[in-house]
Amino acid sequence: MFDKIKDFASDFFVTGDPMILGAQVSIGLTLVAIVFVLTFFKKWGWLWREWLTSVDHKRIGIMYIICSILMLFRGGVDALLMRVQLAMPNSEFLQPEHYNQIFTTHGVIMILFMAMPLMFGLFNIVVPLQIGARDVAYPFLNSLSFWMFFWGAMLFNVSFIIGGSPDAGWLSYPPLSEMSHSPGVGEDFYIWGIQISGIGSLATGINFIVTILKMRTPGMNLMKMPMFTWSVFSSCIIIIFAFPILTVTLALLFLDRFLGAHFFTLDGGGNPMMYINLIWMWGHPEVYIVVLPAFGIFSEVVATFAKKRLFGYKSMVFAMLIISLFSFFTWAHHFFTMGSGADVNAFFAISTMLIAIPTGVKVFNWLFTMFRGKIQFTTPMLWTIAFIPCFIVGGMTGVLLSVAPADFQFHNSYFLIAHFHQVLIGGVAFGYFAGLYYWWPKMFGFRLNEHLGKWAFWLWNIGFYVCFMPQYFLGLDGMTRRTYTYSWDMGWGPLNIVSTVGGFLMGLAFLFQVWQIAHSIKFFKEHKVGSDPWDGRTLEWSIPSPAPIYNFAVLPKAEVADVVWEEKQGTVKKQPVPTTYEPIHMPKNSGIPFIMSAMWFFAGFGFVWGWMWLTIPALIGVAICMLARSFSYDTDYYIPAEEVKATEDAWRGVKV
Amino acid sequence: MAHAISQAGHHHGHDHDHEHEHESLKTFGFWIFLITDCILFGSLFATYVVLHQNTNGGPTAEELFKMPGIIAETFILLTSSFTSGLAVLGMHKGNMKQLIGWLIITVLLGASFVGLELNEFIHMVNHEGASISTSAFLSAFFTLVGTHGLHVSVGLIWMIGLVIQLRRRGITTVTKRKVAVISLYWHFLDVVWIFVFSVVYLMGVM
Repeated sequence: MFDKIKDFASDFFVTGDPMILGAQVSIGLTLVAIVFVLTFFKKWGWLWREWLTSVDHKRIGIMYIICSILMLFRGGVDALLMRVQLAMPNSEFLQPEHYNQIFTTHGVIMILFMAMPLMFGLFNIVVPLQIGARDVAYPFLNSLSFWMFFWGAMLFNVSFIIGGSPDAGWLSYPPLSEMSHSPGVGEDFYIWGIQISGIGSLATGINFIVTILKMRTPGMNLMKMPMFTWSVFSSCIIIIFAFPILTVTLALLFLDRFLGAHFFTLDGGGNPMMYINLIWMWGHPEVYIVVLPAFGIFSEVVATFAKKRLFGYKSMVFAMLIISLFSFFTWAHHFFTMGSGADVNAFFAISTMLIAIPTGVKVFNWLFTMFRGKIQFTTPMLWTIAFIPCFIVGGMTGVLLSVAPADFQFHNSYFLIAHFHQVLIGGVAFGYFAGLYYWWPKMFGFRLNEHLGKWAFWLWNIGFYVCFMPQYFLGLDGMTRRTYTYSWDMGWGPLNIVSTVGGFLMGLAFLFQVWQIAHSIKFFKEHKVGSDPWDGRTLEWSIPSPAPIYNFAVLPKAEVADVVWEEKQGTVKKQPVPTTYEPIHMPKNSGIPFIMSAMWFFAGFGFVWGWMWLTIPALIGVAICMLARSFSYDTDYYIPAEEVKATEDAWRGVKV
Repeated sequence: MAHAISQAGHHHGHDHDHEHEHESLKTFGFWIFLITDCILFGSLFATYVVLHQNTNGGPTAEELFKMPGIIAETFILLTSSFTSGLAVLGMHKGNMKQLIGWLIITVLLGASFVGLELNEFIHMVNHEGASISTSAFLSAFFTLVGTHGLHVSVGLIWMIGLVIQLRRRGITTVTKRKVAVISLYWHFLDVVWIFVFSVVYLMGVM
């Protein structure tokens, strides 16, 4: 009996590695601390009522952002572990299997559990405010999306201490990810963690398309919409076409592993290339899903801090829509070397290069917006300015990679690693940082400390170039990606150690950001701001910071683009301060999204271990949650007019 | 009937406006969901088309498919789409009996479709030795047809739930939208089945 338990425990928990043991202990201690603090301060009820069951898009956005910063920490620690391992030749810091797990989880976490939620967080906070809406189209579904993401991310993350992490790369190519090559539970954690959160992402895509098409305030036609909202719209169009492909791909891989199907196996007539096509039909558009909103942020920030109207609004919109269309015609450039033949490679090489044209248009538009503007060097603006050269270099190395014959040399080398980190950090991460700094006052009512922010900015940027520039040369010297160690005579040592130093500078930069946030929260009274701290242009700057639960007491008119700016300039008439208010229709909080997503977590956990006694009741639980929602008709309420008036008067400083 | 939606009885006018707005918003979102479902089935069809000749020495489509049963399934499902349409017509006339009656007939037809399909699957596995792990062709077949069958089964539970709600609450703005949405879903599954019938079965035996 005791031996059986011991066997089970050694299979179930990851044991033996002192670093993982350390992590287990610290996770355990953190959980105990959280439970203790919540119980001691009697905050469980508050947490449940105010946050876990909230359907307010602003709170959901904040929860997305908190999770994504935590994931940035985990993904960043993974990155530093890899850089330590590679700093010196013949290093024995990490075991090879452990190294494989770390690069796999680093990739998955940074794209799917860091970039995506940070993006959704900004969608949630900004879009309804920019279009003058009181909410998203489906508040309940929005909460469900968040919790599906959350529990999916949790499922993926527990693989680290329970059962073992996936180690077949961030896209889990078969046959490596098949039962024959990865018999452990890591790949199943991968499949279900991503599957569950992916369904949440798909729902967010639908939600925001409908929100943007149907909930704009009177007068705001599509061509008067703020650029960030446009970028969200284009990104969501890609989401609804790309994410169902991911759902199918992961489901098929799971059937291979779980029921012995032969979609992608080497035997039984399966075809591994089928997986590689399918995953990149999602994976390539995914890149544009995360980068387009960053483009939207840069457009907002540039116009605000250059004090000029965005140059070439229409061409910006057109460029974004072209990019979202073309993103579906480039997937095969990820496997030029896998034998698709010259014609196919030529088609995908050209369609890839074409993307550079609309992207170039956007870069010139940003530059022309700054030209002869009165530029204010605030932190959001600094990130935007730093983005431009970084993205241009990254874009140009991308064009080099898109030349199919040249790609036969660069393929899977550190040149590629340097390229995509340059566009993903320089484009996406810098963009989301700019957005986070820009809209932070709107979220919380106080500004972040600019001084510490500038330290973080410079450390990030210097660290970035020190880390990734050497990797281009390492790639040209023949160092391949996923290399776990190398010998002295390869001559890669010096550049690798430089790269590792750069990695740690970025780690230091992250610490500065954490310090910046903590410091600003501590001294928030000194950083308190009004409704319009940046002298902004769009509708979100016309309401209090943080916004009241109903956002707009009276729906604003938006007959021109940048309506708040135009009002301040006096080119359009100021909207009168309302004297009477009407009751506002709002959705009620609901615990169903949280519970239903937790059920999905248990169903996924059961699938991972083959525990049908857990999966089946959990799936029944999911069904019950759905029926419970379908049968509940008491889902909304009215905020009385008097309450709206009191809130608005308080903000405007009217004495009652 | 608006009281059911909102407890704030003194805002009748608003209730109705908001209700209509909200309900049409939900129908629009459902259309977009159907687009995503199209992509989902599209991916499964693509996989099937790529893999359908990889039989790995196992049974082929020609040996396995028994057309009379498949044609019966097809007629039953197409008829159920028609009866779901009759239910919607009944709803627009405000005829509760007709609405619920036709919905129940739709559920029965849908259930017999699922029953026949399960029977076909069980026969294949037990008598022909053709299971999901036999070959890539059969993996793709069971997954594509099974996903459609799963959609129909989900629709059945949904429709039964809706019949109960209709009995309790009558024809309101909300239940009207719910009936409209499920009939959209049901017609969509019919269209998908026509593709399954043509691409999988007809092309398999021809």
